[in-house]
Amino acid sequence: MSRDTALVSAEWAEQNLDTPGLVFVEVDEDTTAYDGGHIPGAVKIDWKTDLQDPVRRDFVNQEQFAALLSERGISNDDTVILYGGNNNWFAAYAYWYFKLYGHEQVKLIDGGRKKWELDARVYTKDVPVREKTSYVAKAPDLEIRAFRDEVVEAIGVKNLVDVRSPDEFAGRLLAPAHLPQEQSQRAGHIPTAISVPWSKAANEDGTFKSDEELAKIYGEAGLDGSKDTIAYCRIGERSSHSWFVLKELLGHENVKNYDGSWTEYGSLIGVPIALGDEPGKA
Amino acid sequence: MTSPATNVATSAAGCAAPDQSAPLPSSVDLAKETVITGFVRNAEGEAVGGAYVRLLDGSGEFTAEVVSSPEGVFRFFAAPGSWTVRALSRHGNGELAVDAARGVNEIALNVATA
Repeated sequence: MSRDTALVSAEWAEQNLDTPGLVFVEVDEDTTAYDGGHIPGAVKIDWKTDLQDPVRRDFVNQEQFAALLSERGISNDDTVILYGGNNNWFAAYAYWYFKLYGHEQVKLIDGGRKKWELDARVYTKDVPVREKTSYVAKAPDLEIRAFRDEVVEAIGVKNLVDVRSPDEFAGRLLAPAHLPQEQSQRAGHIPTAISVPWSKAANEDGTFKSDEELAKIYGEAGLDGSKDTIAYCRIGERSSHSWFVLKELLGHENVKNYDGSWTEYGSLIGVPIALGDEPGKA
Repeated sequence: MTSPATNVATSAAGCAAPDQSAPLPSSVDLAKETVITGFVRNAEGEAVGGAYVRLLDGSGEFTAEVVSSPEGVFRFFAAPGSWTVRALSRHGNGELAVDAARGVNEIALNVATA
């Protein structure tokens, strides 16, 4: 994986809106953004209603994912071009799902909605009609998904990368600062995790920094290239963004996203937690 | 558009910013929260909706980002201390330093082309 295979520019996207075999997909938590105007031809995926199981605390399973893509008119052969708001957090999260369920060709638009907006590119309110397909999802690739027991065992052993803001890492804030701070879980971070906020990987316009800059950021933060890596945040979407950087742009092997993230870890009974700006001891 | 999943709340609230022009939820305890809120306006004093407003901490590190409402409104839940609020938009950029205290801190943020 590399920048050439995993990423397209907004300019490329605009020039390829009508190219056969491409499906543009906007992924957001707040889908009113899509409803107010989106990239022409793009279908939408709602992070909450489409990608989460409505009952169990988990995301959609293999059958649910296949049903979703079939209903949206996406086939296994299509090249899926993802973008969204929040600096592509949810688009990166969906990208991770597409990889998890074995979709071959999937890419992100560098900068997502923000870059599109700042470039003053065209939006439409027209919702495309796509014929239903019979999408077949593969069994989940658990090489890219971490679960809690594995995370606890990784303390002091693997690279743990906390991609939340420094104040969330230290335990001074419990959630991103656009959300109320009253939360049920404990504050802090997983001991021995290094702090590399997701935002370090992005330019102000939402595009990714260059491979050289990215490699330098993680190197200086203490990421050990010889070890396996697990990225986490609060609910797993900001860490999808960093997972994308490490695995898809920088080509690191064995990078997992811990989607349970701090909402799960910070609620577990008995697990160790570190407070303050330092990684802490195992 | 139909969906395989029904529209119910999930176990964990998402990280995306809520509607910026909505009133503060009644569950928000202003004795505990430090709210930084205000309007984005352009050089003509008109509200700028769709601006990307980000909150930077005392060291200049990104903390959060929201999109201003059609009325130009934005809102953050921070902690007492020094912050910078910065906006990017089609109408230009702007930023403002804020010394926030517990409760509601209101600011006016002007954007202009450089």
